[in-house]
Amino acid sequence: MSDSTVIERPPATLPLDGWHRAAGARMVPFAGYAMPIQYPDGIIAEHEWTRTHAGLFDVSHMGQLTVGGTGAAAALEALLPADLQALAPGRMRYSLLLNDSGGVIDDLIVTNVSEGEPTYFLVVNGATKDGDIAHLRTHLPAGVVLTPLPELALLALQGPEAALVLDRVFPGIATELGFMEATSRLLGEVPVRIFRSGYTGEDGFELSLPAVDAVTLADRLMAEEEVRPIGLGARDSLRLEAGLPLYGHDLDIDVDPVTAGLAFAITKARRADGGFPGAGRINALLRDGAPMRRVGLVLEGRMAAREGSPVFAGEEQVGRVTSGGFSPTLGHPIALAFVDTAHIAPGTALFAEVRGKRLPATVARPPFVPHRYYRKGEA
Amino acid sequence: MARYFTTEHEWIEVDGDTATIGITDHAQSQLGDLVFVEVPATGTELVKGKEAGVVESVKAASDVYSPVSGTVIESNGALEEDPSLVNSGAESEGWFYRLTIADTAELDGLMDEAAYKEFVAGLD
Repeated sequence: MSDSTVIERPPATLPLDGWHRAAGARMVPFAGYAMPIQYPDGIIAEHEWTRTHAGLFDVSHMGQLTVGGTGAAAALEALLPADLQALAPGRMRYSLLLNDSGGVIDDLIVTNVSEGEPTYFLVVNGATKDGDIAHLRTHLPAGVVLTPLPELALLALQGPEAALVLDRVFPGIATELGFMEATSRLLGEVPVRIFRSGYTGEDGFELSLPAVDAVTLADRLMAEEEVRPIGLGARDSLRLEAGLPLYGHDLDIDVDPVTAGLAFAITKARRADGGFPGAGRINALLRDGAPMRRVGLVLEGRMAAREGSPVFAGEEQVGRVTSGGFSPTLGHPIALAFVDTAHIAPGTALFAEVRGKRLPATVARPPFVPHRYYRKGEA
Repeated sequence: MARYFTTEHEWIEVDGDTATIGITDHAQSQLGDLVFVEVPATGTELVKGKEAGVVESVKAASDVYSPVSGTVIESNGALEEDPSLVNSGAESEGWFYRLTIADTAELDGLMDEAAYKEFVAGLD
């Protein structure tokens, strides 16, 4: 007899699983789900389509939950460094679940969806959602109610034509919402939460609705000629060009927000009150600087430096690549890396080592491709 | 001329003691859009089953192995400029390199096209 039998759980299926397969997707396991890595057009065509038209992404693997009740804002502020007391209903913030040493448990988006009773809607990473929920359950006080919402699907519509398209489905939405604003609408009789946000650097929306209705919304959006389905592969190359960190690669439990280049997520008021986990260490890093920082690297040629590649200044190793790949928009490789702060000035000439070769890599400030978010009053 | 295939998804077309080598159409379709291809330089001594080059898709880098031992006599320089040739014609204009075969006995045990098709069908 052996007690070491490993029972591998087969990947769970997304609400749109059959829809993806019918569209010709190649499915791969990711974050515990069978997910579409690409459709027949391929990653580069999907990437370019999103940058020029509108791409439809199924991100239903991500965790959705609400935290509500009297004192919900203060209770969340004890766990993350966002200024939630100042976050008006319908407004969204990027934030970080922190542990007591200032390490990042997860990055997430929190939206104030209060209608009467205080309620915050959280979208967290798929691979970390179970741990996040356990962490929140342990730390939220009695009276503040955590509600996981596994029965919801999440679709993202991203690209310069996303607003045009979504306005046909939900008239007025293109002008009602600015970047990082949220509302609710009905699709027939189905309630849909609409967030003007995403992870591609483009204008776009994320749409949360009951999983049983996800096919209806996906089909409605695909009926528009500007929309094509986009897989995980292009999602990764798009977010890399946008300089956005991917949890588990550019960000993890051993990395503090200052090193990760996410100091913006710790608002002035929160730095002053110091009431978030790891505040002592993080405030010290904000004051004195961190020994390493996340930077962008721009490479020449076509050979990419990928996660784990060491970064050198002359003969001295000064960092490592945390994610990297070929940029379809720019036509050369790009990377995110942690580098000693002595070498992080934009324009600094470094090398990334790949398969024994030294590839010239120049420090750059992300995003590599400019963000094109829609901010009210700028249009 | 005869064409053989490996379980690592390379093809090798043999003409006397020289051969042309590339990756299969199945391999390119699994890799997706290629953005970088590294082929061995003329004169490189390759060993059967050892690394001969690298292909990179948007997502990942993968090694390419030599189906036989031999000396590279020509490599496909067009792939450096346009790696997508491998996607559009993996078993034709997307060839990787030509070599002089060191020992034709190493061809024994490689698959013919029918056997390779069966092998690929069994992977799903």
